[in-house]
Amino acid sequence: MKNKVDIARQFIEAIPHSKALGMQLTDMGEGVATIEMPYDGKLVGDPDTGVIHGGAVSALMDTCCGAAVMSHPANPGGTATIDLRIDYMRAATPGQAIRAQAICYHVTRTVAFVRATATDDDTDNPVAAATGAFTVEGTR
Amino acid sequence: MKAPRRPPEPVQIVKQRRDATLRALVERVPYIQYLGMQFERKGDELTGVLPFDQKLIGNPMLPAIHGGVTAAFLEVTAIITLSWFFLWEDVESGAIDTAALEAGGLPRLPKTIDFSTDYLRSGLPRDAYARARINRSGRRYASVHVEAWQDNRNRLFAQATGHFLMPSQRD
Repeated sequence: MKNKVDIARQFIEAIPHSKALGMQLTDMGEGVATIEMPYDGKLVGDPDTGVIHGGAVSALMDTCCGAAVMSHPANPGGTATIDLRIDYMRAATPGQAIRAQAICYHVTRTVAFVRATATDDDTDNPVAAATGAFTVEGTR
Repeated sequence: MKAPRRPPEPVQIVKQRRDATLRALVERVPYIQYLGMQFERKGDELTGVLPFDQKLIGNPMLPAIHGGVTAAFLEVTAIITLSWFFLWEDVESGAIDTAALEAGGLPRLPKTIDFSTDYLRSGLPRDAYARARINRSGRRYASVHVEAWQDNRNRLFAQATGHFLMPSQRD
């Protein structure tokens, strides 16, 4: 029998936009998830420097937070974003992949609370941080 | 006797300058092109348009637009609108160098400090529209609110507030 994490993994890897951005789920389980997004010229927001657009980082953060919620043992089904705030601490270094790590740190019957950080190769210096609330579906 | 008033500029000259500036802001950013976003202009009012595309899907079961795409769409609308009003005075006075813009001289863009998106409804597989309102624009920081809708202007599917670091003033 397939466990919930496998199902969630399959679901996330089937998301057309996440696939289009080359996102790969590298770790997932018990309310945490790690997703990597390779550098790609089509995601550039500043053509002078080659820095990735904040919007692409948003897509990565949103997917990763959703994955963390889906993998949480207290969440029986799918999820949708209620709100997501992203802080951009610095520009990601051009040419490097961005890794997001999300943790679903609290779940009620109806709401899941998540935070995430994104880093490039300089893992001590995060590129962005996110906090969000997600729906818990399948209860009520 | 009063000096004769300067005659108004021909409309096509004014439009040419405005449209060249808007094109320079939008067309040279690869990510905006990748999303397929466009901007419509009525005077100084800008509307971001995101034509629906399969690659924008986040939930294939519903189907719904990816939350990250929605956030990106709103953020791009905020940055372009902010840049547009930052340049507006120079566009109107003719101080802006449209030839340089067309040759690829992209004006410096504001940088996002933080961006907070509320998801009010799921994004349907339809075209989406967004407009930004600049609530405060100082020398260094700006605060912008953005609203996005699809079929009905009064039924927003997302809204966002963001703070931005403005490019340093030209001399």
